[in-house]
Amino acid sequence: MNARSGPFAGIADALAQVGACGLFGLQVLAALPASLRHWRESVRQIWFTGAMSLVIIMTCGLFVGMVLGLQLYYVLSIFGGTAALGTVVSLSLYRELGPVVTALLFAGRAGTSITAEIGLMRATDQLDAMEMMAVDPIAYVAAPRFLAGIIAMPLLACVFNALGIFGAHLVGVSWLGLDNGTFWSNMTSSVDVWKDVVNGVWKSVAFGAVVALIAVFQGYTTAPTSEGVAHATTRTVVFSSIVVLAIDFVMTAFLM
Amino acid sequence: MAQRRSYQIGSGLFILLGFAALAYLATQTTSIANFSQGPSYRLKASFGNVGQLKLRAPVKIAGVRIGSVESIEVDPVKLDAKVKLSIDKRYSEIPDDSSAAIFTSGLLGDQYVGIQPGGSPEMFKDGDEFLLTQSSMQLEDLIGKFLVNGSPASKADAKDKADDTDGHPASPGSPKS
Repeated sequence: MNARSGPFAGIADALAQVGACGLFGLQVLAALPASLRHWRESVRQIWFTGAMSLVIIMTCGLFVGMVLGLQLYYVLSIFGGTAALGTVVSLSLYRELGPVVTALLFAGRAGTSITAEIGLMRATDQLDAMEMMAVDPIAYVAAPRFLAGIIAMPLLACVFNALGIFGAHLVGVSWLGLDNGTFWSNMTSSVDVWKDVVNGVWKSVAFGAVVALIAVFQGYTTAPTSEGVAHATTRTVVFSSIVVLAIDFVMTAFLM
Repeated sequence: MAQRRSYQIGSGLFILLGFAALAYLATQTTSIANFSQGPSYRLKASFGNVGQLKLRAPVKIAGVRIGSVESIEVDPVKLDAKVKLSIDKRYSEIPDDSSAAIFTSGLLGDQYVGIQPGGSPEMFKDGDEFLLTQSSMQLEDLIGKFLVNGSPASKADAKDKADDTDGHPASPGSPKS
């Protein structure tokens, strides 16, 4: 970072961050096979990032589904098309809201704690100590968390979608009096497994990888001070949110 | 050790729950849910124009789904559309003078094959072909006919009306010779 003083210092810094994150991602990928020897650590991380996020994911999924049910019922009733409520709710959940909202929640719930944990390891020299003991910290600390993110995110997104459908059903059928059969049959006749459900899963796999990578990278390269850890945690949330939404656009364009 | 075991059990439960949710989404809320079709038999029908009919579109009698469209091909000799229908074995009592037509559900909805039962004592067997078929109604053709016939005809009507003596109003759009 010698370009500190030039007019493009900010741009150069940002580029350097992106580049460093990409290179770090390659390192993590290369360390994945080695990290499988520490599979217990991966399991612990799946428990911590995935299972412990279930409460927030399920609550948010339920409320997002209920809000979608209410809002879309109102809009559709203007055109006399309330029968399409199930279709519209399920398609918007599977294709967009499920993966994206889950990724944003995942960045807030799991990404921050990953960054803070690794950042504190860095600040208290634990990562250096591992290297001294010939334990590769990337294989032992970074890769299991990355792997856990990839595995946990799609599962969380599926739970989110299922709870969202349940919430929409609750509002649309139990509360607003839509016909139960209409709700389900319209949904089943227009939702496709591969084009809608599986594409959503692919999206959430990509989001999980990106959020986990950014969280691990920010923790790993944090300035070893309490302020540095605080900044790294903030950056994790900001960068993951931006990158998730950007990748969402690109993937939607390709997977359409 | 006990703590590590509880992590593993918890993670296992979480993964199971995630996959259960995925399986639920994939099988109960998508078109696969309509697919629980038992043993079936095939019927053939040829149409002049299948319109927007798609593979796996429903086949209905009296509005009830009894099967699906299996394949749509062009007959290389007659150059019309050969549609193969796969009908559930439970509905094997369809008279062989029934007619098949392509309908649209709603004004702009998906298209399906509707079967109008006939009165013949003989029933369709596997591989039989419908003799009476009716092609899909093309919205564009209808609009085109309306645009071409509608305005000149109504002008003609107006002229006719001027020297009409019985005062019977001609319906607009009806072709006048």
